[in-house]
Amino acid sequence: MSQIIDVEHLNYRYPQQAADQLTLTDISFTVAAGEWVAIVGHNGSGKSTLAKNLNGLLAPVSGKITIDGQVLSEQTVWDIRRKIGMVFQNPDNQFVGATVEDDVAFSLENQGIPRDEMLSRVAEALAQVDMQDFATREPARLSGGQKQRVALAGMIAARPQILILDEATSMLDPEGRAEVLQTIQQMKADSDLTVLSITHDIDEAANANRVLVVNDGHLVEEGTPAEIFQHGPALIKMGLDMPYPERLKAALARLGVQVPATYLTEKGMADWLWQLRSNK
Amino acid sequence: MAITFKQVEFTYQPGTPFETKALTDINVTIPDGSYTALIGHTGSGKSTLLQHLDALLKPTSGTVTIGDRVITPTTSNKDLKRLRQHVGIVFQFPESQLFEETVAKDIAFGPQNFGASEADALKLAAKMLTLVGLDADLLQRSPFDLSGGQMRRVAIAGVLAMQPKVLVLDEPTAGLDPQGRLEMMDMFARLRHEQQLTIVLVTHQMDDVANYANNVIVMDHGRVVKTGTPQAIFKDPQWLAEHHLGLPKTTAFAQQLIARGMTFDEMPLTEDQLAAALVKQLPTSVLGGGDHDE
Repeated sequence: MSQIIDVEHLNYRYPQQAADQLTLTDISFTVAAGEWVAIVGHNGSGKSTLAKNLNGLLAPVSGKITIDGQVLSEQTVWDIRRKIGMVFQNPDNQFVGATVEDDVAFSLENQGIPRDEMLSRVAEALAQVDMQDFATREPARLSGGQKQRVALAGMIAARPQILILDEATSMLDPEGRAEVLQTIQQMKADSDLTVLSITHDIDEAANANRVLVVNDGHLVEEGTPAEIFQHGPALIKMGLDMPYPERLKAALARLGVQVPATYLTEKGMADWLWQLRSNK
Repeated sequence: MAITFKQVEFTYQPGTPFETKALTDINVTIPDGSYTALIGHTGSGKSTLLQHLDALLKPTSGTVTIGDRVITPTTSNKDLKRLRQHVGIVFQFPESQLFEETVAKDIAFGPQNFGASEADALKLAAKMLTLVGLDADLLQRSPFDLSGGQMRRVAIAGVLAMQPKVLVLDEPTAGLDPQGRLEMMDMFARLRHEQQLTIVLVTHQMDDVANYANNVIVMDHGRVVKTGTPQAIFKDPQWLAEHHLGLPKTTAFAQQLIARGMTFDEMPLTEDQLAAALVKQLPTSVLGGGDHDE
């Protein structure tokens, strides 16, 4: 697999910050085409700043970002933005259309897609996020979760090579979140999409091939979800929820039960409890 | 302060192509002093109902009784000030409504709007900032220099500064990290006791309902489809699934154990409840490490 994202020694500071203060310090990582990478970290750790550097919304102090073979610069930024779709936590900040379907069509119009194809892609995208009944409604009048679905539909229609989700499922109910994650899995299966998801949600992180942990502007750890989830209560400090089995283990330990130290999945936890009880 | 809905219907933009019926035949009471969770699938009408709690929206038909005020379709928009002082709503992403030069001025804006002197309002602002767990040093800072979590606390302090009797929270922890979420939910529980508030929480987090609420209103398709204690609401997983709602994580996990043959006298809703129920069923050989029986 080729590297579609290559970040080397990225340093970033906001304009109002002092020269010795960095929001991102010496960040380096690569993402292979078709990979799903979750970026986790507590609020203020620099995750969103990192995402905004990747498509040139923010310009680094130093370091090199290469997207699909092109080094990000003032000359290439427009090409690169066509390859990256972003969905933010609060989509109010990204709606431009007067109706839901206009909004989903916006990026297609910009790309000069023929009208017939545009209409079918918009309808298809809205159906995928279960918002087809809302095509002629005003985006501003939708609920928070519905807005996030519409923003995602915009990306499904635009078919970017890279999808960056910045806490893009945070306003959805659990069922909606599961549906959206399934839609993204489907997009990946159809088109070799690369996904970078910034999240606090353990289920969203569990979907990833790899998890990067950002703390205080540094990349402090990377691993598979199972490797990262082993950290137990320390996960909270990483800005991630504790997986349920770890929470139950902690509650049992508080009552004096000797619990296994290794990470257990829900099934593993249920097996362990059932076996103990059967041995009683 | 109790809030009672009687035969409330609400239609958005009636008589236009955008006409949408959002609430149908709502009959429900939010009891005084309760911690009421309002739950329902995305688009079920929660946010519309919420805006009736302080007459931001008035019913298309029916009545909403807020304390001693009765709101009808023809209630005048004038003279709602006192009512709005009593019901404080914290909307989604409340930090986006911050606008003043300093934290102190932002929090003081509401009380001044309701007739407090500048000096009194600023005094109140200092008190409210401590109440939401922020340091008094922040009073003279620009709210826009604060972190997202701090900004949200300032916005909440601004609502509390009106000294409401009912505090309405619409997804108050969305976007916060798990640590921030826990701190914020604990803060609301503490404020409820300290300020004797009635709390209405709109949420998708069933764990928050299990951990904090004592009364639950379930909405679907613009109707109230069930009310009761968390215990009563969560005992029927199939009914919840039919209404596109989940279970608290503990209850979902307990279902897996039940499927294997374990039994629970009462459906556990939190991990501490489940742990306590399990300890009774486990062999004494694994109970060595604790100090509970020493």
